[in-house]
Amino acid sequence: MSAALLELVDLTRHFPLRNAFGRRVGWLRAVDGVSLRVEGGETLGLVGESGCGKSTLGKTVMGIYSPTAGEIRFEGREIGRLERRERRAVARHLQYVYQDPGASLDPRWKVGPLLHEPLKIHTALSRAERDREVRAILAAVGLPDAHVDLYPHELSGGQQRRVGLARILTLRPRLVILDEPTSGLDVSVQASVLKLFRTLQSTFALTYVFISHDLSVVRAMCARIAVMYLGRIVELGATAQVFEKPRHPYTQSLLAAVPRIGGRRVTQDFALEGEPPNPRDIPSGCRFRTRCPLAQSRCETEEPVLRAVDGQTVACHYA
Amino acid sequence: MAELLAVRDLRVDFATDRGPAQVLDGINVEVGAGEVVGLVGESGCGKTTLARAILGILPEGAARIRGGAVHFKGRDLLHENPAVVNDRVRGRAITFIPQDPFTSFSPVFPVETQIMDLMKWKSPRAAEGARPAALGGRYPRERYRADREAVLDTLRAVQIPEPARALRRLPHEFSGGQRQRLMIAMALLPRPDLIIADEPTTALDVTIQAQILKLLRALVKERGVSVLFTTHDLGTAHEICDRVVVMYAGQEMEAAPTDAFFGRPAHPYTRRLLASVPGPGGELRDIPGEVPSLVAPPAGCRFHPRCDHATPECRELRPAPRMLAREHGVRCHHPVES
Amino acid sequence: MTAAWFVLTRLARDRSALIGLVLIALLVVCAVLAPVLSTHPDDVFELHPAERLQAPSGAHWLGTDRMGSDMYSRLLFGARITIVIGLIAVGASLAIGVPIGLVAGYYHGWLSDALMRVSDIFLAVPQVVLAIAIAQTLGPSLPNVILALSVTYWPWFARVVYAETRALQKEIFVESTAALGASPWRLTVLHVLPNIASPIIVRASIGMGFTILTAAALGFLGLGPPPPTPEWGRTIAESREFLPDAWWYAMAPGLAIFLTVMGFNLLGDGLRDVLDPRLRRRRTIRDG
Repeated sequence: MSAALLELVDLTRHFPLRNAFGRRVGWLRAVDGVSLRVEGGETLGLVGESGCGKSTLGKTVMGIYSPTAGEIRFEGREIGRLERRERRAVARHLQYVYQDPGASLDPRWKVGPLLHEPLKIHTALSRAERDREVRAILAAVGLPDAHVDLYPHELSGGQQRRVGLARILTLRPRLVILDEPTSGLDVSVQASVLKLFRTLQSTFALTYVFISHDLSVVRAMCARIAVMYLGRIVELGATAQVFEKPRHPYTQSLLAAVPRIGGRRVTQDFALEGEPPNPRDIPSGCRFRTRCPLAQSRCETEEPVLRAVDGQTVACHYA
Repeated sequence: MAELLAVRDLRVDFATDRGPAQVLDGINVEVGAGEVVGLVGESGCGKTTLARAILGILPEGAARIRGGAVHFKGRDLLHENPAVVNDRVRGRAITFIPQDPFTSFSPVFPVETQIMDLMKWKSPRAAEGARPAALGGRYPRERYRADREAVLDTLRAVQIPEPARALRRLPHEFSGGQRQRLMIAMALLPRPDLIIADEPTTALDVTIQAQILKLLRALVKERGVSVLFTTHDLGTAHEICDRVVVMYAGQEMEAAPTDAFFGRPAHPYTRRLLASVPGPGGELRDIPGEVPSLVAPPAGCRFHPRCDHATPECRELRPAPRMLAREHGVRCHHPVES
Repeated sequence: MTAAWFVLTRLARDRSALIGLVLIALLVVCAVLAPVLSTHPDDVFELHPAERLQAPSGAHWLGTDRMGSDMYSRLLFGARITIVIGLIAVGASLAIGVPIGLVAGYYHGWLSDALMRVSDIFLAVPQVVLAIAIAQTLGPSLPNVILALSVTYWPWFARVVYAETRALQKEIFVESTAALGASPWRLTVLHVLPNIASPIIVRASIGMGFTILTAAALGFLGLGPPPPTPEWGRTIAESREFLPDAWWYAMAPGLAIFLTVMGFNLLGDGLRDVLDPRLRRRRTIRDG
């Protein structure tokens, strides 16, 4: 198999927990040994509930956090331990979209300079060449040229979002990590934002890692999904297959909790009890065993590893 | 069905820098006894303002009620003596579940102090007028015991493990889901006729949301309490509501029993809204255009600038309510037949 | 230019800020046009023992001092010294304090801690006391006064810039620009600095008043530029021997100091009102 665009090998990010006197009293295992391949051109969904480590994973890949252990290979090259200047150069090909791309605009800068900036950082293009590039990107995200002279606060929320995306696309990145890009949006706005992501993906040949807690959005956008629970991937597979036949008991509960409009109320039959344990205090063995209907004594002692079951990958002894 | 709450032609303005914003423009909403009604709409449609207007907690100075009535058990709360509303209605006959269980408790007092404080004033065992007159007023001992039993019972009902121990903890020692369970318990304790729940599951994860929705629906049905449940999430509305009212830019567009609302929507806005939910095949249909400014809203039906069916009539005249079936009302000149 | 115009029109609408603006404009006019406005321009450095300690009159609008020089003319030339001291001292404090605050705010670690502890030490001693000590050690002269004031005032800027930079680092646009691959230099100078300009400007305006007051105190104690420089603080010190009879001798420079300091403080307060609510309002519009 050729090298994947992005490959994570046992990626780990722990945060020290300190008491009031600054002494370390333990570790928060936010990301705890994640291995994953992202192929060029695909959209990989990363789903899980708050505290499962999906955002930490995205930010560690992006270099905002440095990995505690493990490898991040981007285009076959290890980027987790690069020297700062070299790591910044990688940002040209690997970009991150915040929940609200509009909030990523400096309020004191006009749209034009904001869009020129990434090119100034990473290329030696002349002003005229940059201008041409910026116009092309603005057209691609559906904004008129005249907007370059406006300040972000003079734009509507939707337009700010488009400028935020344009800013990332001027660099023509290969991989874009989208972190909860639809959270807090109304459904009608969400549909247009998702459509924009799709158009941009085909225009710019982008690869997406799509981090979200919203399963219906992930289902609409991603060909493959990885389900995370307490810092680990518990299930990985083709979206259609995972939605059709989830193998891991956690994935099953997660899907069972999503309302299905028009059908029977899913909450009538919803059976999962309790809440996820505190990530500061992860259970021994299988992390899900405290809430799992299938749990046996083996789950308490032996942590299940990801294994292939009918084309899906599941970390469960009894899947 | 006997109407418990009827909001009639309510108009509320908010003062803004650019002039008054007409946040509610002639809203009509009814809630029957024992009914769970969903108030659905996108952000800025006025659903939170409506919830606050019913509770009588609109921000003073900023909001102005320009007309209409809020009938509750036959009385118009807007024109009732405020002292009477405060004493008998707010927090007793009508209670509230907020969106954010994280900020609804004071962080420095144990949960017990905060719940018992509520009971001191709003306990159903306290005869009207016999409640402590001042903040420092005495809490009769027998009533305290009875109230505390009721609190423990209700905590058990909302499935808080070890209620007696839980009461001694501070709010931050509970998870978000548990705090929302506490909020539900506090809303049920005064034995209200109506609970107003303002996006109570928006901040929660999907599995916790499912647990809370299941619990809330079971409890209110068992006790015969009505609920007005605001949400922007259509899936949530489908899960919990008997009837759904959809709002757009301060006007109600359609009201129907849940089955009819999701199965036979008649208003073009409802249809577009339902279509914008991502389908299993990944098809995406948005609503072109943007929500209008409420300072200078479009005349007539406020959805007309974005509506495929709009005619000159829609631009001038807001459609009158029209009944398509029993309990299925729509305010559209050109409702879609299905 | 539009931003500056916006600030000016807003300031003009606030009465106390307008008073401050007018007072400072007057001070600048006095300093720039001192040779033209003064009635006895030569008096600044010349002695007229025959006319000493005369009360205000048509010839000498504010009377004369112990050397017989015209008080009004000396005051006008004194305004020049005041402005020079204020501008250079505040400018130097900015030049030292802002970069230190930016570096300490941007980087987390021992360097940042060390820089802020140093500035804390300066802030722990009252500025006047520290300035006196430095000026005393270096000897009385105009450059030494300016040096003493700069060395003691920069920690105020370092503190403000440090706190604002730390707060701004939590903003998504700073984090996302870093994720774009921007260098620390680009991030701090091109993004952080323009966004914290308002509090720095406010601090600088109040700092002008503060510095001028301290300079006058140094002059009063004989640590300022030596005679016959028409420095206001020293003029008050000279007048003490002739009080209460020569009341104008102390009152004229006293009033000048008072009005100047008040002007800068009113302007500073006005700027804070104008610059901050604008930011606050912009944020609420986005939220709504």
